[in-house]
Amino acid sequence: MLTIKNLSAKTGDTQILKGVNLDVQAGSKHAIMGPNGSGKSTLAKVLSGHPDYEVTSGEAWLEGTKGERVNLLELEAFERSLHGLFIGFQYPVEVPGVNNLEFLRASFNSLCEFHGSAPLDEEEFKVFIAEKTSSLGFGEPFLARDLNADLSGGEKKRNEIIQLSVLNPKLAVMDETDSGLDVDALREVGGALNNLHHSENAYIMVTHYERLLEIVKPDFVHVFHDGKIIKTADRSIVKEIDEKGYDWLIEKGQS
Amino acid sequence: MSFTSSRFHQKEYDAGFVTKVDTDEFPVGLSEEIIALISEKKEEPDFMLDLRMKAYRYWQKQVEPQWADLDIEPIDFQGVRYYAVPKNMDTAPQSLEDVDAEILKTFEKLGIPLSEQKRLTGVAVDAVFDSVSVGTTHQKELAEHGVIFCSISEAVREHPALVKKYLGKVVPYKDNFYTALNTAVFSDGSFCYIPKGVKCPMDLSTYFRINTEGTGQFERTLVIADSGSSVSYLEGCTAPQRDENQLHAAVVELWAEDNASIKYATVQNWYAGNREGKGGIYNFVTKRGLCSGVNSHISWTQVEAGSAITWKYPSCVLKGDNSRGEFYSVALTNNKMQADTGTKMIHIGKNTSSYIISKGISAQESKNSYRGLVKMGKGATGARNFTQCDSMLVGDKCVANTYPVIENQNHTTTIEHEASTSKISEDQLYYLNSRGLSTEQAVSLMINGFCKEVIQKLPLEFSVEAVKLLEMKLEESVG
Repeated sequence: MLTIKNLSAKTGDTQILKGVNLDVQAGSKHAIMGPNGSGKSTLAKVLSGHPDYEVTSGEAWLEGTKGERVNLLELEAFERSLHGLFIGFQYPVEVPGVNNLEFLRASFNSLCEFHGSAPLDEEEFKVFIAEKTSSLGFGEPFLARDLNADLSGGEKKRNEIIQLSVLNPKLAVMDETDSGLDVDALREVGGALNNLHHSENAYIMVTHYERLLEIVKPDFVHVFHDGKIIKTADRSIVKEIDEKGYDWLIEKGQS
Repeated sequence: MSFTSSRFHQKEYDAGFVTKVDTDEFPVGLSEEIIALISEKKEEPDFMLDLRMKAYRYWQKQVEPQWADLDIEPIDFQGVRYYAVPKNMDTAPQSLEDVDAEILKTFEKLGIPLSEQKRLTGVAVDAVFDSVSVGTTHQKELAEHGVIFCSISEAVREHPALVKKYLGKVVPYKDNFYTALNTAVFSDGSFCYIPKGVKCPMDLSTYFRINTEGTGQFERTLVIADSGSSVSYLEGCTAPQRDENQLHAAVVELWAEDNASIKYATVQNWYAGNREGKGGIYNFVTKRGLCSGVNSHISWTQVEAGSAITWKYPSCVLKGDNSRGEFYSVALTNNKMQADTGTKMIHIGKNTSSYIISKGISAQESKNSYRGLVKMGKGATGARNFTQCDSMLVGDKCVANTYPVIENQNHTTTIEHEASTSKISEDQLYYLNSRGLSTEQAVSLMINGFCKEVIQKLPLEFSVEAVKLLEMKLEESVG
């Protein structure tokens, strides 16, 4: 579903991604781990089209919601989203003055328009979103507030999950979704990610910690270092990393 | 990668075209002869000429106000043409057949068709072109309800008693430099009288168009709502794109008797000058409403998106007990525009209330100031005010200021003031982009959110137009 080939990118004069290769199949869950500053979060931003990053080489193909393969790097940020890419942000941006419910409807309707289906009016969307929040088991009170502006750190992360469930993307890249969550919130968010996963979509979870991956169990774990993937393994490596850190992998990767 | 793409090039000012018509123009400059000539052209009664002369003599002794937060090049008032009308139109034409086809086309192009077949339904339009009203629609239907809606020139001739009773009573010519100037030279504008107990059957509107080069527009509007009546009034403004500055100094007076209600909405899109700040309209406007009667209600809604300079403070004098004044404003500045705008709420009567919502959006190198006065007089027992004053900054070279003043002379009042400042950032645009919203949609969502309380006060057709106007102006700025 997603094929990343030799992807390199820089911000300003600093080269951050240095040849990332990754294949993601529909129905799979991937984790990306790695030390601070290794470029994990940058990968998410580059895929989504963040204006601060410049792609210096490589390709990123997504088998999008319309069925055809699209080169993400040639699309505007909003088009990438419409084709089925979702980024769950580590620090969701606050947009005061924009009501969360209205934002969700605008976002959903933009997708409807893209697929040529009828947009939902206010009342229809309220029904639609009520089903979503009730099946998630959280989020209903966030809807009346301003987008992320009146939400706590944990609520912002849950709000990202609401957006994920509304947009139902092909590929969700969840960037440190677990950071800043207490144990209960983590269980809630992890449980929701499991419920929203199906055979037609895929996850890439960028994380530092074992704890999210114990709930949302990845099929593959990629270890990131110095702007590229140095090791791919099954999830048993998560425990090993938790115990031993990254140094042994880095040394091995560089030798 | 960046948000800059070809779709966000400098949007043209759609209304910036010039209409080629033969005009009768007075010589440039101002003198008693010019004023006498204006009055003569308009076939005015003597009281009007006297008023103009008094105002002119007073004006000569005044200097321009300097207190606003505006950098203005000195204005050469003798370099302005005070009167220009399309040929053979010194007095408003009897029918649209007498109006130059080019002028009708102009208004049609601006979305205000005047002809019987095409005119807007549900809203009566008075169309003012330079110094003269070229036509007023739906007059007959309105007359059936006793509503008088015509150009102010026609009102001076046809309804002198009403004009004499009310003109200059809410805004006396001595009020300020520009009201004195306007009173001396005003050439046209709209007049409306809603008789006792009548709910005006349709919205009334005036569309102001400046066309001739070097000409100032000095319009005068007077709206009177007699006891128990109500009216909703809209005004729109555009001008051609020119390198020189043009002067627009208007006076609007509203008068509400017992239990009467006036809603006055403006979408101002005068030409604002180019990116470097060259050209554009200097907009010096005095708007004031008097809630004269008990339970009367005046509401100002304005979307100020144009003009190089805006100096404007639509105000309410709350004289009648239990009367209510409202001010809803969005002022947007971009490029090098400057706006100093706000309101005054003068509470005189008992239990009067006022409500102020001001939203300022400044982008690029523009300057946007809110200036407000809430005054509670000794007799205004139980009076209440709520003020909310929000600024939004786009970019880091713009300026937003707020100057709220509260004068309270009694202990039984309640005054609340809230203020905030926020900023549209690239991060916010990116975040919304990443959720499938284009930059246009993202800006629209943010502007709608920010201005919601004001926009929803506009009549529906106007609100759609106003949002589009704001979006267009801002897309230039985030591009």
